[in-house]
Parts: sequence; structure tokens; C-alpha cells
Amino acid sequence: MQIIKKIGLFIFLIGLAIFTILPFIGEFKVTPATLDQIIQEKGISSELFIQRMEENVVGKEFQGMLSLSPKITQILEEANAQHRKDKDYKKLIYTGPHDMAAAVGKASGSGFVLENKGLMWFLTFGLGILGSLLFIIPNIVLLGKKGIKNNGIYHENATNRGWIAWMVFVFLVSFYLVLYFRSEYAVNWTYLVDPISEFLSGNPAGHWFVYGFMYCTVMTVMAVRMYIKYRHNMYQMVRTTSVLFFQIVFAFLIPEIMVRLQMPYYDFKNAFPLDYDFFFQWNLKSLMNSGGIGLFILVWGIVLTLVIVPVMVYFFGKRWYCSWVCGCGGLAETLGDPYRQHSSKSLFSWKVERWLVHGVLVFAVAMTLMTLYSFFTDSGTVLGLKTQSVQNTYSLLIGAFFAGVIGTGFYPIFGNRVWCRFGCPLAAYLGFVQRFKSRFRITTNGGQCISCGNCSTYCEQGIDVRAYAQKGENIIRSSCVGCGICSAVCPRGVLKLENGPLKGRINPTEILLGNDVDLMDLVNKK
Amino acid sequence: MEHIVIIGNGISGITAARHIRKLSDKKITIISAESNYFFSRTALMYVYMGHMKFEHTQPYENWFWKKNRLDLVNGYVSKVDTANKKLILKSSEEIKYDKLIIATGSKSNKFGWPGQDLKGVQGLYSKQDLELLEANAPNSEVCKRAVIVGGGLIGIELAEMLRSREIPVTFLVRETSFWNGVLPKGESRMINEHILEHHIDLKLDTNLKEIISDEKGWAKAVVTDKGETIPCTVVGLTAGVTPNIDFLKGSGIETGKGVKVNNFLETNIADVYAIGDCAEQHDAIGSRRPVEAVWYTGRMMGEALAQTICGNKRAYNPGHWFNSAKFLDIEYQTYGWVFSEKSKKDQEQHFHWRHPKEKICVTIAFHKDTKQFLGINTFGIRMRHEILDRWLTEKRNMDYVMEYLKDANFDPEFYAQYEENIVSHYNSLYSANIASRKKSWKRIFSNI
Repeated sequence: MQIIKKIGLFIFLIGLAIFTILPFIGEFKVTPATLDQIIQEKGISSELFIQRMEENVVGKEFQGMLSLSPKITQILEEANAQHRKDKDYKKLIYTGPHDMAAAVGKASGSGFVLENKGLMWFLTFGLGILGSLLFIIPNIVLLGKKGIKNNGIYHENATNRGWIAWMVFVFLVSFYLVLYFRSEYAVNWTYLVDPISEFLSGNPAGHWFVYGFMYCTVMTVMAVRMYIKYRHNMYQMVRTTSVLFFQIVFAFLIPEIMVRLQMPYYDFKNAFPLDYDFFFQWNLKSLMNSGGIGLFILVWGIVLTLVIVPVMVYFFGKRWYCSWVCGCGGLAETLGDPYRQHSSKSLFSWKVERWLVHGVLVFAVAMTLMTLYSFFTDSGTVLGLKTQSVQNTYSLLIGAFFAGVIGTGFYPIFGNRVWCRFGCPLAAYLGFVQRFKSRFRITTNGGQCISCGNCSTYCEQGIDVRAYAQKGENIIRSSCVGCGICSAVCPRGVLKLENGPLKGRINPTEILLGNDVDLMDLVNKK
Repeated sequence: MEHIVIIGNGISGITAARHIRKLSDKKITIISAESNYFFSRTALMYVYMGHMKFEHTQPYENWFWKKNRLDLVNGYVSKVDTANKKLILKSSEEIKYDKLIIATGSKSNKFGWPGQDLKGVQGLYSKQDLELLEANAPNSEVCKRAVIVGGGLIGIELAEMLRSREIPVTFLVRETSFWNGVLPKGESRMINEHILEHHIDLKLDTNLKEIISDEKGWAKAVVTDKGETIPCTVVGLTAGVTPNIDFLKGSGIETGKGVKVNNFLETNIADVYAIGDCAEQHDAIGSRRPVEAVWYTGRMMGEALAQTICGNKRAYNPGHWFNSAKFLDIEYQTYGWVFSEKSKKDQEQHFHWRHPKEKICVTIAFHKDTKQFLGINTFGIRMRHEILDRWLTEKRNMDYVMEYLKDANFDPEFYAQYEENIVSHYNSLYSANIASRKKSWKRIFSNI
């Protein structure tokens, strides 16, 4: 079994290596036709750009994106600089330099990768999936009898912030940086999934399709790991199935199929303010121009945030969204599960958390109010602030850096819920409802707690669960996403996630059940 | 300002300190030679197994103590001078007290076995024991085999720990079935099976005769009373614990097995109290033992004593007995009294149900004649403490317990429920006709 695991790891690493090399290889040959097509698509009117592209790029062969990209970004930036200098604003190109490089690259790739998409898919995704499954499945036997199997988590380099964890950190951060800021390097990856994208939406794949496909793949493989690790725990089995279903069907398949049906791309479960650009002008316009379905989405999006989400939180706690439905939560609960123990439980972290997460919520709401004001009044500024720049700042800082680069990249170091805990504005909103008006609680089982600390250690949201359990107090915390792991790892059956009457839900106690009844009355009812 | 000095920073001493701080402004000093900060002893096993780091066993952050003006002293009390109300530490430092709380816990039993003090022979109680085990049994290369002597809760935990590092384990158990002095036979048998499933070499009805030394003073084998010699690297002595009170000799404080206390946790000397594992009640409370080495009883004594110290004199008057443990993968909970065949009285009758395939079972004790519910043991099913405590107080009978059993289930959502099977087994055994009622939040929360 150990041998199978090692072979699996080896195969996975080969797949990963090939995947990692891809951004740096490949041939690109830009034909005049390609350039014309780009000029058409992007509506470019800068002769300077076209001329310099023709001189320096068209007809030449480039080995790898590293040689092509700097040329294009340089030409574009210089052309724009010249137009600004000449105050010739009509000729400015609004496509970002790296997006331009990506567009040109995508249309001009040639060579082995492009001619062997299927084979290359197998050598990257295929080997990755195969290898990981070979690595994971022997655990059915190796983990022994079903039950909590956390043996060695703090002895393993990968799960105890050793060098492997740091390598994963570097890889994930780099991957997100490419995705958000250097998408031209993802061009080779897009070729691998072109056939799948064309099958679903009819369009060739962009880098976000690569991300979406990869997201589903990673979640599926890591869900297999969850199924094996928690096979004694039905709550985990059902929950894992749920997040996987919502990711694959709602976040991935439905939006792609909607595009094929000439409808707007929309993820029906992605609620504002997590879906922060829902009220952005371009989105509202696109929805309004999409007929009945657009209108439906508009109404659905508003009802989802204002009615469905809070009502569901009232009945089931925010877990129904955060650890049963949400995509970010889904990745955290599958890929992130091996790192859950790294979330800090200190009081200091809690203070930081409250300021940050609520700060982001305020930011998101303020930005949206500005956006709506600008939309209805047709003014680009609110109180002297440019709506567009506020939106750009949010997209960059919160949308890209916080949710993506930090949120996922920092899994191996700060735990798997960095974004959900410190940054997600939707989580902050649901948290208010959960804290003040919800039937959900984690019940502490009388006096059974032995303060061992498994619950706190494995709480991905950094809640010091033990601090409540050892006082016999129910856990009512706005940040709890109801993953149920505290209850799973508890060796004494102390914790139970449940929905019950509001009365007596919050029950601070000083003296625990099992002690002198009179003393309990005296101290607890004071 | 009155100076309260607490010897021992375990759950009892720390609970007392916290509650005294809540109730008063007294000066509080806590002395321990084991660790700088309070940690949860019950979690030491998880540190060795790699589930946690030692720091995770500390329920309070390090700033907590200063903020709450709980002075921590790292030192070993070698003498208590009750006449002058002072303690003398090993470092010959002296600490004066106005009131003294002895909460020094336990130490591992050693019954005078030949070779019990050899290197490689150890108990599992303290932080130092954990560090020793890490040194003696870091992996199966260094530790070729470990022999564990004593089939109780610590013994099975130690076995689980060593198995987590693939170290072969031989488990010597004096009894004819695991822990059958406490567990009824059906349950004990199930745990025997589970121990074997974990590839632990369980030797029942077997005693340690001697531990053999190699030329360097390390244990190299044990000899059993069956005449078998088992080569090993580490010997774990887990045949129970005993109060850790040797330092009190000559202090005038009355001791028996532990520090003798009355219901108010007072010793024979004024202003000296004892709580937790090291305290021994003059008269046992209910069916409890005079010395209760249980996590939560230590906590409860601390809670009660804090009231007394702060001028609200209260006896230690625990409610219904309960406890829990985990045998490898099987969780165990108990509420009320379910005695083993060895110790149960004639009027105590048992109803036992076991799952046909899974390692899940239930034993309910009731009065033979009145059918009054006396207690319940569950394995692999979690129960709701509040409900069972209420049923015990209300002296419910078996029919009631069976009918409302679903109210008492505390398993996570979506778990398979076995109440129907349990009740139908009960019906068939006792020709009863009880129908299991649906779980009701209203009943569960009726006392709020």
C-alpha cells in the first residue's frame, strides 16, 4: 500500500511538473490575420500600436510566452503613453497589456501542445488526478478502523508548516498571481481544456475556464480524501457531497451552459456581497439587455441576499451557505482540510478578524451604494470619489489579493479559511444573523468536556471552542461555519451542531452540570 | 490581603484559582514543578500522536495569568510548615500562606515489581512522562516492542499512542477481560475484540512478574506470571494512579491513601484544604470512591472550594455520577451507575443491546423490582447529559427511558439511529410493548 502511495505521489509530481513548465514553453506565431482579428475584437484604433505590432511581432516566431509577452505589453504601453502625451484619447487602448498579450497569445499559439490537446491534458490534469487518487485511495486500508485519524499531522512536514508546506504556499500564490495579473502565461493551460470548454459553452477556454475546471477537479479529488478520512461521520459525507454538487453544477456547469444558450454567465448560488460586482454597471446593463432571464437573475440576486440567505441562516445557521454551498468554502473544506489546524486561536487574531471582516463588509456596501448612485444618476463620482477607482481598488485588494492570493495561497500557513474568516463580506453579514437571530448552535454536552483542545485545534475558523465547552456553554459565534469537525474530533462526545429553539440557546454557565444542584443554581442564575 | 496558595496547577487547582479570582480580590499563588502553565493532562496522548502540539493542550493563553493576577511559581514544594503557615520549596525559597490548597494530583502506581525503576520503564501521567516516552519510543526502530502493564484507561491510551507510531505493543491485563471490574461483560468483550483489531497483543489474565535489565540498566524484557518472557524496549506501568502526597510527611496533615478531607474539603489542619485526585473523603459520597481521580470531579471540587474560601461555605456535593472515555476508536459514556458483574448488587439488572456488525452497544441498569432507571453505558453512541441527569433525578423507570430514548441521543446529525432497534430488543426480552417516541425539542429544553 505504501508503494502504491509513493507511485501515486511520483505520478502526481510529474503531472504537476509538466503543468508548471507549460507557461514557459510553446511557439507563438502571430499572422497578419490574427492581428486583424484582435484589432476587430478589441476595437483598436491606434495606428501606432498596429504599426509597431506589424514591425516587431507579426510574422516572427516566438519561443515561449516569456519572449512574446514583453514585446506586446511594451508596444501597448508605449502607444498609450504616446496617445496620452498627444491628448489623443480616442486612440487609447483600454485592454490591459497582459490581457492583450493573452489574447494575442491564445490566437497565435502553435506546436506540440496545440496539436496534442488530449495528450497534454492527460499529461497534466490526467496524471495529477491519477496520481492523487493513487496517493489517497490506499488510505482506506492504511487508516485502519474507521474513526478520527489525525495521527502524525503535527509530525508531517506538509501539514506542520515544514518546507513542503512552504513550497505549496509558493506554488499557490504564484498560480493566483498568474491567474489575476499575468494571464498570458496561462495560455498553454487554456489549450488543454479547449475541447471541454467548446463542448460546454461552444467557446475556446479562457484562463478563468482553466481555473473553474481545475477548481472542480481539485475539489473532487480532495472530496474523495474527505470521504475516506471521515467515512464514519455521515455529517461530513453529506456535507462534502453538497459542496461538491454546488461547485460542479452551479458554479461550473450551469454558467457555461447558459453562455451556450446566449444567456448571461451567472452562478445562481453566488450571493452579493461575496459576488461584489453584481451591481456593477456593466453587469446591470448586461442583465437588463438579456431579456426575461436577465430580469430573473436580477430579481433572484436581490432576493437571494435579502431574503433567502438570512432566512436560511435563521433556520440552519450560516453553515448552510459557508460549508454546504459556497465555492470558497468548498475548496477550503476539501483542498484545505489538511491545513485546518493552522488557524490562529489567539484573542489577538479574533480582534483582527472582527475589524477586518466587518471592515470589508462596510467597504463592499459603501462601494455598492456608490455604484448604484452613479448608475441611477449617471454621475461618475460620489462626494468627490471616483466610483470607478473605488471599484477597481476593491477588485484588486479584496477580489484578487484577499480572496484569491491570500485566501487560498495561505492555506498551508494560516489555515484553510483565511478569506472566509478575515475577509468575506457575505460571511460577516451571515455572521450577524447567526449571532443574533438563528436556531443554530453547537450544544455543549453538560459537564463531559475534559479540555483536551482537539476542538479548538481543528477549528478552521480559529474559534477557541474549548473555551466554551469547558464552561458548559453553547458555542454561538458569528464566525462559525458549521463544518462539524469540532464535534467529529471530540473524544468525549461533547459537541453537537443542532438547530433548536431560540430560548436558552445562549447559556453562559460558571458551574457545570454534574456539580451540586444548589451551587449551580446559585452561581449560574445570578 | 489574604494570600491563597495552591500547590498544583492541574484542573482542580486552576479551577479553584479562577473561581476565587471571580469572587474576590485575594492574592493567589499557584505553585507547580511540572509545567509553567496549566495544560490539559488528558490531551498529552494527542501530542505524542501528532494530533496537537503541546501548546494546544493549554486552555488559556500565557497572558491570562498575569491579567487575572494569578501568580505562577515554578517550584517543587518539599515541606509544608503548618505551624508557621509557610511552604519550603526545593530551592529553599519560602512562601507564606494564609490558606493553603493542596491539589497535587496523582502519580503512577508501582507495586514493587522487580525492575520497576529500570530505564525504559515509565508511567503515563505527567508532562515529564510524555517527554520520556518521546525519548524512549520515538519510533519502531528505537522501540522494537513495548509492554504495557495494567488494563485501565491509561493503559489503553498508551497502547493507542504507541500503535500510532507502528510500535508493536503487548498489553498485559490482570483481569480475565478488559476492565471488567468496571464494565459489564458484554461491553468488556467488545473492547477486547476492538483491541485485537488494532493489532495489539492483548494478554488477559496475565500479571507482570519482573522486568529484566540489560547490562546498562535498561529494561530488555518482561517475565509474566505465565512464565513467558517478552523482549521489549519500553515498559509502560499503567496499573492505576495514587495520590501524589509524599511531600506532606511530617506536616501534621492527616493522610490515608490521599489527603483526608471532610465534605467541605477541609483537612484536619485549619486553613489547609485538599481537592482533586489527591483528596480522600473520610466518607465516600454515594457510590463514589473516597479518592476520585477523574477530570471533572477535580473541577467540581475546585468550584465548590472557591465558594468556601470566599466566605460562602459549601460542601462538595456532586450530582449524579457520569464519565466518559475513548477506547481506541470507540467512544464511551456513562451516566448514573452501571456496575460490572463483579461489583453489582442483586437488585441491579442489566439490559444489553449490541449492534450486529458495528462496535456499538448499550447497557442500561435498572432495579429488578421497581424497574427504576439506575444508569446507562453507551459505546459508539453519544448521549445528552442533561436528559439523563434529569431522568436520574426524576427516578424514571425503564418504560419511560425506552419510550423517550430518542430525546437522549446526542450523535451528530445524519448519523444512523438505533433507538428503534434497542427498544424492539427490549420489547422482545421483557415481553413489553413500548413504542419509541419521536425526539422532541420541547421536552429536551423543557427546563429552560
